[in-house]
Amino acid sequence: MEILTWTYILVGLSFALYIGIAIWSRAGSTQEFYVAGGGVSPLANGMATAADWMSAASFISMAGIISFAGYDGSVYLMGWTGGYVLLALLLAPYLRKFGKFTVPDFVGDRYYSKTAKVVAVICALFISFTYVAGQMRGVGIVFSRYLEVPIEWGVVIGMCIVFFYAVLGGMKGITYTQVAQYCVLIFAYMVPAIFISMQLTGNAIPQLGLGGSVADGTPLLDKLDGVLTELGFAAYTSGRKSITDMFMITLALMVGTAGLPHVIVRFFTVPRVKDARLSAGYALVFIAILYTTAPAIAAFGIYNAIETTSEKEISELPEWISTWEKTDLIKVDDKNGDGKVQYVADPAANELTIDRDIMVLASPEIAKLPNWVVGLVAAGAMAAALSTAAGLLLVISTSVSRDLFKTFRPEISDKKELRIARFAAAGAVLLAGYFGVNPPGFVAQVVAFAFGLAAASFFPVIIMGIFSTRINKEGAIVGMITGLVFTIGYIVYFKFISPELNTTENWWFGISPEGIGSLGMILNFLVCGIVSHLTPAPPQEVQDMVEEIRIPRGAGKAQDH
Amino acid sequence: MPSHNDKMKAYWRKNLQTLFILLLVWFVVSFGCGILFVNELNEIRLGGYKLGFWFAQQGSIFAFVILIFVYVVRMNRLDREFDVDEE
Repeated sequence: MEILTWTYILVGLSFALYIGIAIWSRAGSTQEFYVAGGGVSPLANGMATAADWMSAASFISMAGIISFAGYDGSVYLMGWTGGYVLLALLLAPYLRKFGKFTVPDFVGDRYYSKTAKVVAVICALFISFTYVAGQMRGVGIVFSRYLEVPIEWGVVIGMCIVFFYAVLGGMKGITYTQVAQYCVLIFAYMVPAIFISMQLTGNAIPQLGLGGSVADGTPLLDKLDGVLTELGFAAYTSGRKSITDMFMITLALMVGTAGLPHVIVRFFTVPRVKDARLSAGYALVFIAILYTTAPAIAAFGIYNAIETTSEKEISELPEWISTWEKTDLIKVDDKNGDGKVQYVADPAANELTIDRDIMVLASPEIAKLPNWVVGLVAAGAMAAALSTAAGLLLVISTSVSRDLFKTFRPEISDKKELRIARFAAAGAVLLAGYFGVNPPGFVAQVVAFAFGLAAASFFPVIIMGIFSTRINKEGAIVGMITGLVFTIGYIVYFKFISPELNTTENWWFGISPEGIGSLGMILNFLVCGIVSHLTPAPPQEVQDMVEEIRIPRGAGKAQDH
Repeated sequence: MPSHNDKMKAYWRKNLQTLFILLLVWFVVSFGCGILFVNELNEIRLGGYKLGFWFAQQGSIFAFVILIFVYVVRMNRLDREFDVDEE
């Protein structure tokens, strides 16, 4: 069968599965809508968290980024996994014990202040919106590439699917759909990786294949270092970024991960504190499977690309190159007219341009796998984009219905609140879809900065709220605002106001805008601590509450007020 | 017999000790081995990998997973010891 037929079948089947699950598990109460009734098993929650977490960018782009960045790509690998250690040890169990539905709930209660809560809601909405627009765009791109429909149509179809199960099912529907989506996406990611690893290194496990040897007996990574330096590139296993910058970016990504509201909220859905701890462990296992495979796909991909093209006759290039040339993801331009491809570091002489997304998207064809595998990768990419979009939409709708509406109109009934939550989810889907079709130019850049903002705003006040009884509302509010304004200011200055100054010499302490969230976080901690000690201690009942959330016993289900 | 309050203080202190040790390991495997000392470790080989590179792209992630499970086991034991576990 044709690739296109297989893609339609597999993507169609996976969508039918998601919708089926959504109907079976739709939410009947606000408790089910916000936290899936608090009855999700740690294993299922771990899987759902992993799917929620791994976005279209993780699935499609990350391996390709590492292909071209080599060692420097490690910031993403460590940054986007190490945050789970912080989550499991410092946040998840305590927030689960606290037992409300959202992060702003916690901030509002712990800092006994509506102002603090509103600041937290604004942070949550801002982070989630920048993130979700990127996902919708991802859905559209996958559709247009594989199903050969315009991007706009892809976004609209994606919106309808997410609308259906997020609005109907709430957290309960999303959780069980995400479990299915995880299975689809990990299978789709691993199959081509295993085959390529076998072909290149003779080892079926990609994590070992990366450390294995190619046909002539040299270790793959050494061979790659040699080939790249010969062509004028930096060696694959050595870094180009400064140590300070590597350090700060990794830290910002780790702390940002632990501060992302759509990740934190997942730990409200399990029954007990110890389930929250365990569930974070499972989540990281499921994430680590993909994240330790990605660097293998990255190295195999760039090695294959160079080996099959460099100094080869243009007329004899492998078939996948001409297939993907049609989508403009690969360009061959015989500048010196010798009929061969020269892939070199010097842009004036380089004749081959490869888009980073090719490393995953074309992996089945590079490995000469049957057509159904291509369809499978398409279904996997869709699963990754949809699961993340749904999780974010839920945070947005909860923030509106609960954190904003219910805070100021506490008397509304459960039924009415549920209706508002559904309306908010619908509104959020439409808005996200609009941004997917008409992406503001800065979306791609801003998604990466959502981490910096989460690191600089939420993380410090949640940590201090748990580990100190002395931190008060004045400290928290001033701290959050300082961290946020500082980080946004630095990013906006270097990215939008004076992009021409965005070079190492001009950065403060050599920290790039990607890593500045770390400094914002430190500032937030400092300001929060100092201001709190200059102003009165929090009331006794708040201090008692902090003592209380430190002890697991008596957690009960996530509660309404 | 120690009061309830003292017992909870002891529980919290032990919890903080556990966190400190585990986060130290967390820092060493990622920021230490993967970034700060990567060049020194790259002199050592682990199969086809340079050790520093392996920590940055594989080893640290495995270590993170192990850390969380060590934490889970250790905290469950601590909860039972101090009689604050859930039914």
